[in-house]
Amino acid sequence: MVAADLQDLPSEVADALMKITDPEIPVLSVMDMGVVREVQLSGEKILVKLTPTYSGCPAMDTMAADIKMALDKLGYETRVELVLAPAWTTDWITAEGRAALEKYGIAAPLGSEADKLALIDGKRIVKCTNCGSTDTRMVSQFGSTACKALFQCRECLEPFDYFKCLK
Amino acid sequence: MGHRLSELCGHGPSLETDIALTNISLDLFGQVRSYFQYAAKIKGEEATEDRIAFLRTDRDYRHTWLVERPNTDFAHVIVRQFFFDAFHLPLLEQLEKSKDETIAAIAAKSIKESRYHLRFSSAWVKRLGDGTEESHQRMQTAVNELHPFTHELFENTETEKEMAENGIGANLEIIKPVYNQTLLTVLEEATLKIPDVPARKTDGKKGIHAEQLGFILAELQYMQRTYPDLTW
Repeated sequence: MVAADLQDLPSEVADALMKITDPEIPVLSVMDMGVVREVQLSGEKILVKLTPTYSGCPAMDTMAADIKMALDKLGYETRVELVLAPAWTTDWITAEGRAALEKYGIAAPLGSEADKLALIDGKRIVKCTNCGSTDTRMVSQFGSTACKALFQCRECLEPFDYFKCLK
Repeated sequence: MGHRLSELCGHGPSLETDIALTNISLDLFGQVRSYFQYAAKIKGEEATEDRIAFLRTDRDYRHTWLVERPNTDFAHVIVRQFFFDAFHLPLLEQLEKSKDETIAAIAAKSIKESRYHLRFSSAWVKRLGDGTEESHQRMQTAVNELHPFTHELFENTETEKEMAENGIGANLEIIKPVYNQTLLTVLEEATLKIPDVPARKTDGKKGIHAEQLGFILAELQYMQRTYPDLTW
């Protein structure tokens, strides 16, 4: 399951959830990121199950608060619950989410094998989000947030983030 | 450990290592937060994650001396991190199989982060150990000073034994060979030697700490002790 199924929910709820984004990556909705695992609706009460990307991600509390605020505003009695299992993986980022990341200037995660080649063996396979060249180098395995590594393009010299593969 | 790393925020030797170490710090804080939330739930009554973190006294902190050793220089920071990661990863691999669902879930989540940590610290151990004469010297000094504190990682307390027997905690005997192999492989490549010195007799797991912990707690707990039950 990539993310919670929104089909059976009222469209206002689905729309509201699609509009809530990660404060650090404002182009990626919580749905496209795959962190909303389940939405249970019974009458006026709504329960949203959220899973963290990284354990210490400070954006989780903000996202949980944003979800609660948006759904409360629609008149629901909202509860957001944090669930740990199964653990989040970058495979749960949707195709739309990956496209949004690339457009925003963050290289989308490669598969786990390719990710190792890029981060450990220094293989030049991460594509520059500015010019598309794969002649790039890793500057730091840890980037501006827990989920990213810092890269630089050797062709156009642009620095950019790479969303690390997490499985 | 998370607190020690957070002290380096803005003081790392380069921007990249500064960010990396504080990222690792954040992961560790996130992980311990999950454990504390669970502990508070089990304890019930008025227990909260904040009370567990901010209102326990030094004797109630049960951790090895290794993780509270000071950030003497970058070599000490890296070596301490490496010893810890080499232990932490196989520990989590055991805890992932815990009969306790919550502990297993926290471990499964943390493993993914810990792999990155071990990669980072191993790479720096190799780079600095097999680097210049100065970096090699500093790394060997850090290994000599910190290695005697690592024996405590494998000292079984009564609680740990009981937890392992009941399938909740980890069996330290299984972790040890994995840990030893990691040390052997990485230190050899880094041209560093494990010193032939006896283990330090430390009782951190029983709540007996070095004076350093007092300073850590003074800073960590200042806000909650000055303004009880303060929240964001």
